[in-house]
Amino acid sequence: MSVPASYYLGLSAVLFAAGTAGVLVRRSALIVFMSIELMLNAVNLTLVTFARLHGSVDGQVLVFFVLVVAAAEVVVGLAIIVDVFRSRETVDVDEADALRG
Amino acid sequence: MSVVTAAAVLIPLLPLAGWAVLGLRGGRWPARAAGWFASATVAASFAAAVTLFQALAALPAGTRSVEVDVYRWIAAGPVVIPFRLLADPLSAAMARVVAGVGTLIHIYSIGYMAGEPGFARYFAYMNLFMAAMLLLVLAGNLAVMFIGWEGVGLCSYLLIAFWFDRPAAARAGVKAFVVTRLGDVGFLLGIFAAFGVFGTLDFTTITRDAAARLALGGGAATAIALLLFLGAVGKSAQLPLYVWLPDAMEGPTPVSALIHAATMVTAGVYMIVRLHALYLRAPFALDVVAVTGAVTAIFAASAALVEPDLKRVLAYSTISQLGYMFLAVGAAAWTAGMFHLMTHAFFKALLFLAAGAVMHALGGETDMRKMGGLGRRLPRTAAAFGAGALALAGIPPLAGYFSKEQILGEVFAAGHVWLWAVGLITAGLTAFYITRAYALTFGGAGASAAGPVRGAQGGHAAGAGAPHDPPPVMWWPIAALIFLTIVMGIVLEHVIPLAPWLRPTLEAGVPRGTGSGAQAGAAGVLLPLAGIAVAASGIVLGWLVYARGAVRGQEAAGGRPEVPGPAALVKDAQTGRVPALGRLLAHRFFIEDLYAAAVVAPSRALAGWAAAFDRAVLDRAVVGVAGGIGRSGAALRRLQSGYLRHYAAFVLIGTLLILAYWMWR
Repeated sequence: MSVPASYYLGLSAVLFAAGTAGVLVRRSALIVFMSIELMLNAVNLTLVTFARLHGSVDGQVLVFFVLVVAAAEVVVGLAIIVDVFRSRETVDVDEADALRG
Repeated sequence: MSVVTAAAVLIPLLPLAGWAVLGLRGGRWPARAAGWFASATVAASFAAAVTLFQALAALPAGTRSVEVDVYRWIAAGPVVIPFRLLADPLSAAMARVVAGVGTLIHIYSIGYMAGEPGFARYFAYMNLFMAAMLLLVLAGNLAVMFIGWEGVGLCSYLLIAFWFDRPAAARAGVKAFVVTRLGDVGFLLGIFAAFGVFGTLDFTTITRDAAARLALGGGAATAIALLLFLGAVGKSAQLPLYVWLPDAMEGPTPVSALIHAATMVTAGVYMIVRLHALYLRAPFALDVVAVTGAVTAIFAASAALVEPDLKRVLAYSTISQLGYMFLAVGAAAWTAGMFHLMTHAFFKALLFLAAGAVMHALGGETDMRKMGGLGRRLPRTAAAFGAGALALAGIPPLAGYFSKEQILGEVFAAGHVWLWAVGLITAGLTAFYITRAYALTFGGAGASAAGPVRGAQGGHAAGAGAPHDPPPVMWWPIAALIFLTIVMGIVLEHVIPLAPWLRPTLEAGVPRGTGSGAQAGAAGVLLPLAGIAVAASGIVLGWLVYARGAVRGQEAAGGRPEVPGPAALVKDAQTGRVPALGRLLAHRFFIEDLYAAAVVAPSRALAGWAAAFDRAVLDRAVVGVAGGIGRSGAALRRLQSGYLRHYAAFVLIGTLLILAYWMWR
């Protein structure tokens, strides 16, 4: 017997909520970044779950796209964080408020 | 590409290229280089015009009409208007005169404008004017002609207001622009109406189809003809839209010679001759043209009788002579009108250039009351002005005699006896006022009362020292114009007659032969004799009153306090009262005052009301909207905290709201 789909979806929802909370409340840019990764992978889990449920590979293919884009995003995002650290000597996102209106 | 095609395209293109080069780079060149460059482009254009003329003359008479499509200009569904030039005997002859006189005046300007700031700007405008004028002349349809028509108007404005730091010049430029715009409204409406009737604006098609499409004397023909004539009235300064031309004398004198005497103001006459087939379908419109011309001729001539300013005398003279041309074309004497247009271009340009030489010598003075006795100081200038004056007065064998006699003869032969009489009286007045101008300027024994007066026209380089004849660069164009003034009448009448040359263009034209041979019998001999007699008596009378009177006045008072004249025209020394006729003339029959009361005052009232409305309603609405946007922006800017978490929270809230909407809608 297999685990019901609702378990996977529930886990996915928990992971997504944890990631969202991390983005909203953490101050370190690196942790925020990791939280975003968590949200992305929560979505991936949902996609795989539905792909199995419907017997289609479309969702699994989409997961590969998400992984590739996430990898690219990590490269760019980490570069930005490194640059921010060089100029400000901190990665606290609350310090980076130059766009305040 | 045939010679004709190439020449027709090059004629307007060369001055246009000169304008572009001078406008972009000319300011950094040495002043004289800019002047010679501009003159060279116009001279090259003149060479192209001569080439075009010769190439057309080499063709058989029936095929001397070549249309040149430069490109497809307007293509909107069924409306297709090509950028079309038309090279035919009429446009070739006109282009040759325009480019020729233009070349001479460009060269003259090099001397006249020497030392002026904005030298390159002046020549750039002059080149642009030549390009627009030649485009107007060579236009193959009404739309292209309209480009040239508005182009010369623009250049006229720019050059009248050339010394834009002088308020009078700036005002005169605006006046010229606005008044001619009144006429251009009619011109534009006429173009639309012509398109509605013919479905095309091509001159050749209109000429061919006029008889078929327009009923003789019908409403459509009359309406189109009168609307187009309204444009001509504005551009050629006829009653009642003449008021801008005397003020246009605020511009540099070569500009007055080129634009406001020789070329641009004759555009209206040219346009009517170009559309002669259309006008022949509207006899009433032709009568209107003839009467307008005759009334303008005598009105402007009488205004010139009392004008104290040398250049303005010539301006009124130009208006009067343009009236002659309209009288001629109104009598369907197309050739006579074009003939007078050409001879007038020569002798009036000569008069203006001579007047410019006087101003050059006197440092810009134009008031004849301060002149006198200049004949001895400026002998060559006096001779030039005299030649032009005799031609204007219509003394044989100078140019003006032939064309004026041809006009009067044609008008008489056409049966307009009253108009002929008006023309004859005007000829006498013309001889009188130009003799007066000559006598007041050059005649008399005394030294010029003015001496070197500076500043009236912006500083001229040659203002200092005793008055002297102009330098060679100014003298040679004058000499060339003297030559043309003396011979061109004979040449165009007898040696290379204009009438047979223009006949291919005008073959659909006059029902009873074109040349001056139309008048026959006793009238053919008597009419010129009458003209000569009137002109001669005008000159003699003018000389007796002004030259002799000037001497007497000087002996009596030791000076020249007032312009002497016939008792009916001048202020009475004892009572200080001006006789009614003199007052009427001095105020030009109060037409300007009529404009002030009937047009200017209501316009000002309307403008004041509009300004009040603008401030009270429109400005407040605009400022209110702007203020509201500003306040809402100030309120909203607090959302831009700069904190990453806030933005992420906004995204989250938005997503949740959208989700909620989809779930509970």
